[in-house]
Amino acid sequence: MTTDTATSKYGIGGLRAKFGERWAGLPKWQRSLAFIAFVIFLYYLPYLGIPGLTWLRTDYIANGNNWAGVLFTCAVYVLIAIGLNVVIGLAGLLDLGYVGFFAVGAYSVALFGSTQSPVVKSLQAQFGLSEEWAVAWAICIPIALCLAMISGVLLGGPTLRLRGDYLAIVTLGFGEIIRIVVRNVEWSGGPAGIAAIPGPQGKPSPDNNVFGLIDAKPWYWLALTTVLLIVWLVRRLENSRVGRAWLAVREDEDAAAVMGVYPFKFKLWAFAIGAALGALSGLLYASRNGFIEPNQFNAQLSILFVAMVVVGGSGNMAGVALGAVLLAYLPERFREFSEWRFLVFGLALVLVMLIRPQGLIPSRRRARELKDRQEEVAVGV
Amino acid sequence: MNFDELFGHLGQHTVDGLSKGAIYALVALGYTLVYGVLKLINFAHSEVFMVGTFAVLGTWTALGATSNPSVGMMILFLLAGLVAGALASGATAVGVELIAYRRLRRMNAPPLIFLITAIGLSLVLSEAFGLWQGRLIKGMPTIVEREILFTIGNTEVTNTQLLTIVSALVMMILLDVFINRTRYGRGVRAVAQNPDTAALMGVNKDRVILLIFLLGGLLAGAAALLYNVRYGNTRFNVGFLLGLKAFTAAVLGGIGNLRGALLGGLLLGVVEVYAATLLTSSWEDVAAFTVLVVVLLFRPTGLLGESLGRARA
Repeated sequence: MTTDTATSKYGIGGLRAKFGERWAGLPKWQRSLAFIAFVIFLYYLPYLGIPGLTWLRTDYIANGNNWAGVLFTCAVYVLIAIGLNVVIGLAGLLDLGYVGFFAVGAYSVALFGSTQSPVVKSLQAQFGLSEEWAVAWAICIPIALCLAMISGVLLGGPTLRLRGDYLAIVTLGFGEIIRIVVRNVEWSGGPAGIAAIPGPQGKPSPDNNVFGLIDAKPWYWLALTTVLLIVWLVRRLENSRVGRAWLAVREDEDAAAVMGVYPFKFKLWAFAIGAALGALSGLLYASRNGFIEPNQFNAQLSILFVAMVVVGGSGNMAGVALGAVLLAYLPERFREFSEWRFLVFGLALVLVMLIRPQGLIPSRRRARELKDRQEEVAVGV
Repeated sequence: MNFDELFGHLGQHTVDGLSKGAIYALVALGYTLVYGVLKLINFAHSEVFMVGTFAVLGTWTALGATSNPSVGMMILFLLAGLVAGALASGATAVGVELIAYRRLRRMNAPPLIFLITAIGLSLVLSEAFGLWQGRLIKGMPTIVEREILFTIGNTEVTNTQLLTIVSALVMMILLDVFINRTRYGRGVRAVAQNPDTAALMGVNKDRVILLIFLLGGLLAGAAALLYNVRYGNTRFNVGFLLGLKAFTAAVLGGIGNLRGALLGGLLLGVVEVYAATLLTSSWEDVAAFTVLVVVLLFRPTGLLGESLGRARA
């Protein structure tokens, strides 16, 4: 074990700790100034032509440059990673069906917002509304959040009493059930999917001057704003009573229960909040795409989401955001190798787990938990 | 709800379900063996099975197999396929243990790390075959031509169904004898009961763990042969759904319990065929997953309870 501490003193972890100390030692105004500069940089990013980074091959823009579109994808994935991080990183529950909540969000806006959806059509017939009528985009957001939280509680309620590894398999099964059911029933548009999904400016049309079909920059700014808001909220949550309860439950469920923290309740909260964030990102994704179909929400995507969190460093928001950006950006940048992408994701998962199980930018707390376990076995044998 | 069809040909659907479930049972044994000893869901076991199906197909192609061979050639193809499938699957399972799990055990990693590693490995294996063999469904010659052997009432039993069920039962009995009657089996049961005490009694823990991965792999290889004979095609992602169902079967019967895996597999196969008959075949996967969820909710220890051998209380 001594070798471990030695490497961490000089390795990446040590560098990070040093940097972290200096950062914490700066006066508050300098820190907020740096933070504001970073945020401005993020908003300015679509205009920056960083050589090598912004060249992205596309099939629909000549000479290929979809930099803003890729930034939007990255932002949506970051949102997913932050939501899933609440479940995996903070509460310590491995959810392999997260794509189900992503799908709930996407389908909420599609089913209630699109004039082509069977649900809207039946509502029109029921109340004698015009054929142009559909639920407004802004109202679809609370609908999506509510539906996702309800489905999170419905899924979590019975399953959260299970052991961790069983929970993973059951959620995987649930994600697949949702996909197959959506594909098999009529009212969801079936295997053909649903088109004409609205955005903030209503249904997709060439007249939309801000959230249009071609220019992705406003979409990126919308997603980025959502991400920043959610980061702020989740950070508040992490340092609250709820966040401490999650930590306690994750580290030792029985001890937490003895101390008066009811594990089931807080796990359920983590599930519901994670589900709501997943739905929010699904909603953004569906609005930008304008079209969804059930097979977009397959189990492989769930595993990709888990990979983002785990590779980045579960429990640490900067880490999972980095993981999400890497796993969203790299496949776009190296489209020539798109056949290889899931192989590379799999390899990345295995290598990270074997070499650096705490992730690229680990949460200090989680890294210590892992280390404690390693030292236990060193004493035990 | 097509009740007439189901109850009119109940025997037929049951036999069909049993032969389907026999394959699940063989794969489920792999999950159950590893879980019984290590308390670990070997998520990569589905790809161990997938490698087996490709090994069988490769052997048949190498031997120049064609549809409808003579009886002698048929037996040769089946035996060669069995050997190749079992060897390839066994080697894959052992490789997974040596490359990933052993290292993680040394680190005393939490269960979720094992699971994520296993998911990564299963992605690597299936994608590697997807790149190497192409992503389309690969057909193969019909080695055993379907024919009706005998009829009971209005139930027709075909040779492939009989072959599947009987070979699954035979392998099941062999494994049961091996675990309960031999010296190595005693070692497996000892490690399953208490690894540390077993180590103190002179059982080589690592060797026992390697042995159970090997056994699970061999059985998955046999299942791969039966799958190829029954369905006549394979694909790089064939393991995902089948693995999930086999895991369901293992949990249904009581994970860690060998006889439970057989019972769970057969039962799940029958349930699926019934559901496909009542509704349409697109609902059969939903039925399997619903069984998994319901079993875990109401009886997480499964029908026969969790234990490897009779030793554990």
